[in-house]
Amino acid sequence: MEIELKLNGKTVTDHIEADTVLLDFVRAHGCLSVKRGCETANCGLCTVLLDGVPVLSCSTLAARANGRSVTTLEGLQEEAADFVGFIADQGAEQCGFCNPGFVMNTIALLRENPDPTDDEIRQYLAGNLCRCSGYEGQLRGIRNYLNSRGARHEV
Amino acid sequence: MLTIKNYVRAQSLEEAYALNQSRRSKILGGMLWLKMSDLRLQTAIDLCDLGLDTIEETDECFSIGCMTSLRSLEKHEGLNAYTGGAVRAAVRDIVGVQFRNCATVGGSLFGRFGFSDVLTVLLSMDCLVELYPEGLVSLKEFAAMKRNNSILVRLVIRKTPGKFSYQAMRAQKTDFPVLTCAASCVAGEYRVVLGARPMKAMVLRDEQGILKQGICEESAKAFADFATSVTPTGSNIRGSAAYRTHLVRVLTRRALQELGG
Ligand SMILES: Cc1cc2nc3c(=O)[nH]c(=O)nc-3n(C[C@H](O)[C@H](O)[C@H](O)COP(=O)(O)OP(=O)(O)OC[C@H]3O[C@@H](n4cnc5c(N)ncnc54)[C@H](O)[C@@H]3O)c2cc1C
Ligand code: FES
Ligand code: FES
Repeated sequence: MEIELKLNGKTVTDHIEADTVLLDFVRAHGCLSVKRGCETANCGLCTVLLDGVPVLSCSTLAARANGRSVTTLEGLQEEAADFVGFIADQGAEQCGFCNPGFVMNTIALLRENPDPTDDEIRQYLAGNLCRCSGYEGQLRGIRNYLNSRGARHEV
Repeated sequence: MLTIKNYVRAQSLEEAYALNQSRRSKILGGMLWLKMSDLRLQTAIDLCDLGLDTIEETDECFSIGCMTSLRSLEKHEGLNAYTGGAVRAAVRDIVGVQFRNCATVGGSLFGRFGFSDVLTVLLSMDCLVELYPEGLVSLKEFAAMKRNNSILVRLVIRKTPGKFSYQAMRAQKTDFPVLTCAASCVAGEYRVVLGARPMKAMVLRDEQGILKQGICEESAKAFADFATSVTPTGSNIRGSAAYRTHLVRVLTRRALQELGG
């Protein structure tokens, strides 16, 4: 079947199988930041924004995205650049495989709630698993970023 | 691995229902549960064009389309005001935000899953489901029905005056629950719902009048003892029957005490 959608602002038209998942679709169109992890909707590595809402691309049919707008980290470099340095400064990650999904969901969090408490950050990012770290470094990184913007002070 | 030959966006419930009569067709909710199956589907039927993804609130009820996400339930102010946050408490630990943006009310109820936080909390309320073509049935009746090829169109939560509370135990924050427990007092009648036993949620009523004088520490304890004596539990990878039976006592007491304020 034929679908047409907006991928990072550009119109993409392609022929897909009915069971092609969005994860495979976006990777086939060069968005390699989107990672294949569990493929059972558990880990958050495959997070993309569908019409601005974070979803799991491993479990979403590309066909369902027909006519809609899909955003991956490739399309959000500037928005991500604001805070990823703060996470890196904490040495928060080791292998970094979880990072794109984590960054995508952090962007969604900050768009929805620009001044989250630590608990709200933990709650929002609970579906982003990391095999290497203990999550505290990422939390400190986000907190330092928020503090640098003059947000409330926690941690 | 799930495979799908044809994907159809149904343009009416009639069309979706007709397509769903084949053994190799399925309605797509969020597809999170379906994705883990090995089904080889001829036709996957998407209801996403039918405007069934919203929560409408009137003076009498909340009317919730089957394609509404669990995240929308969690964020709906009216629903959480009516339930005192119980709906939010029930869904907030289901995997993660991205997951709950995908998972639907229709898929969660149609599955009638034993582990379901969603079914547990909703059974404590005055709920109906609208099926196509059957029409409205109570959620309790629907939960006991055998699966068929109908379409779950909508969930209706009546705003019968009441109070609600929710408790669940998880071994790890975003894992399936080991036990779920909702307590309510709806139109003066107490209910305790126990799910993830690991069997499907069951509803207990205060047939012995233990809570007749209201909820205090003693009556909550006494009802928890009663719940423990009548609630069957089983073992699975997440916990033994004995552990679950212990949790029935603890969560029932906590849920009632929270309800009693
Ligand atoms: C990894 C994982 C962890 C989970 N953890 C929890 C948890 O902790 N607590 C909890 O409560 N739940 C949990 N769930 C269940 C989840 O919340 C959803 O209930 C489940 O995924 C089904 O919803 P869905 O929208 O994905 O439905 P689907 O997977 O799309 O559908 C499920 C079934 O319902 C049918 N169906 C869907 N919509 C309709 C409709 N409108 N009419 C008729 N039939 C329909 C489908 O054909 C299918 O048979 C978990 C699921 C997964 C995959
Ligand atoms: S790959 Fe999608 S949630 Fe893990
Ligand atoms: S840094 Fe390795 S998985 Fe997160």
